[in-house]
Amino acid sequence: MTETIWAGGPRTGGPPVDRSAVLEALGSVRDPELDEPLPGLGFVSGLEVEGGTVRVHLRLPTYFCAPNFAYLMVADADTAVRSVPGVRQAEVVLDDHFTSEEINSGIAQRRGFQQSFDGLADDELDELRTVFRRKALVNRQQRLVKALLDAGRTTAELSRLRLGDLPASPELAAYLERRAELGLDVGPEAPLVIDTDGKPIPPELLERHLQFARLTRVSIEGNAGFCRGMLATRYDLPTPTVAAD
Amino acid sequence: MYEKDGEKYFVVDGHTHFWDASEENTKNKYGEGFIRCFYDYHKNLSPEEYVWPLEKYRKYDEPTMMKDLFEDGYVDVAIFQPTYLTDFYHKGFNTTEQDAVLKDKYPDKFVLNTSFEPRLGEAGLAQFEEKVAKYGSKGVKLYTAEWHDASKGWKLTDPWALRHLEKAQELGVTNIHVHKGPTIWPLNRDSFDLADVDDAASTFPELNFIVEHVGLPRLEDMCWIGTQEPNVYGGLAVAMPFIHTRPAYFGQIVGELLYWLGEDRLLFASDYALWHPKWLVEKFVDYQYPMENEYPELTANVKRKILGLNAAKLYDLKVPEGVSAGDDGTGQDVTEKPAIPVEASVGGHSE
Repeated sequence: MTETIWAGGPRTGGPPVDRSAVLEALGSVRDPELDEPLPGLGFVSGLEVEGGTVRVHLRLPTYFCAPNFAYLMVADADTAVRSVPGVRQAEVVLDDHFTSEEINSGIAQRRGFQQSFDGLADDELDELRTVFRRKALVNRQQRLVKALLDAGRTTAELSRLRLGDLPASPELAAYLERRAELGLDVGPEAPLVIDTDGKPIPPELLERHLQFARLTRVSIEGNAGFCRGMLATRYDLPTPTVAAD
Repeated sequence: MYEKDGEKYFVVDGHTHFWDASEENTKNKYGEGFIRCFYDYHKNLSPEEYVWPLEKYRKYDEPTMMKDLFEDGYVDVAIFQPTYLTDFYHKGFNTTEQDAVLKDKYPDKFVLNTSFEPRLGEAGLAQFEEKVAKYGSKGVKLYTAEWHDASKGWKLTDPWALRHLEKAQELGVTNIHVHKGPTIWPLNRDSFDLADVDDAASTFPELNFIVEHVGLPRLEDMCWIGTQEPNVYGGLAVAMPFIHTRPAYFGQIVGELLYWLGEDRLLFASDYALWHPKWLVEKFVDYQYPMENEYPELTANVKRKILGLNAAKLYDLKVPEGVSAGDDGTGQDVTEKPAIPVEASVGGHSE
């Protein structure tokens, strides 16, 4: 991680909050668009624990990053931090963004997205979140399928494989996580390759499906690499190494 | 004209600016944030020797631009893509009026595009018509994230946007360059989604829709609509500079685009002064995929089309003798691509 973790102040009253538990909770929060946890992206710039009070600072690659995704990340980080045992008060703050004010006060006052951006939105962000969970599913499915093909499986086999046929792997775990959050079947009998509604892909459409999945992965991973680079330039951080290149 | 290894390349820079983000012209914190964000793009993706100081970057002069593009940068013709941003800058960031100064002085060097503002309604139509009459533009640059009073953006399918596109067709303004940005109305939707371009391209088959920055960060949307709509093109501004910092990623972008859209629908661009065309042209002509891949080949002919011949076709530019890609191209890709099954589409498309 590239962020500075501030030393916690003196702890007064109540059970002490475990810093590593807060960090772990933040690690469960993803950038919905990039399909990666915030700490690994360098978006967590500060963490302060004082007794039962936790204060988190977030930052983004540009001043003009899309406000809807920014709001989701702050809201999710807020929820995650509050779930840590012992946390009585939490404050999650987005710095250096053109809508910092709207987002920070909206989260602090629990106003939801639509009210935080009065007149500029006609709903909450549930639909947006679902659209990007679907993209994330395709991305994770592609990573798993690529690993299986690299390990010697054939395209023809993919159509027949069920989740229970696969050995445990990080790719499988990530894929199952994305399936579960969309409410799709993760049982051992469920087919491996599915569309975003959970329907199996017929063998004759499999190649096309995989080509589009590859494209989706190129897009998501490319964006993540670009965001890392922009963040490094913006905050004068060491140039990130890009695994994909 | 660029020549390398006996090959000649006619270079059309499909996306250039003559902007003013000087402190005097900057209206508010949003204008300041905008140019600093642009500057980070410039610093992040340029080779070190091409990085300008911020002061120069905020506002550069005519001799600098003429030298960078036409003396050093191998550009034969540059297309101006105005970006008004009058809510951020007193006199606008890069308006048709500003660009017209150079177009008047060097008529053969520039293609001058203009813009329209659908949220002005009837007045917008009248202003658009006036600009086209005055500047003879054959194209418009539309920035859908542009702010206007309380509005933070618009879609091509908004009723007044459709009226303006009808007007474009009537006036013979055939090239519609679309640039997506981080805001739109309503703000809870994905502002980078290209579904409105898809719809507009179906509604106006005689217009060409050039999606700037090849839809990044939604390359998948770009390729998806590219297979559906023969009149959708990809402008490579912002994608080009990855050739230096992340050559494999650049190969993936171009490879996917060549696969889904084909070689006749991609346009080179520097986005000057975001990046300098000299190194982009040199590196692109030398480029070979650095990784194993299953993408279409990047031959000299393919590069010639992308660097200039495709844009020359859209804008009726005279290509010098001896520069040819060996075929006439079609303006659209004719190789049949497998349709993407509807169920594979994951974006917010209306199915």
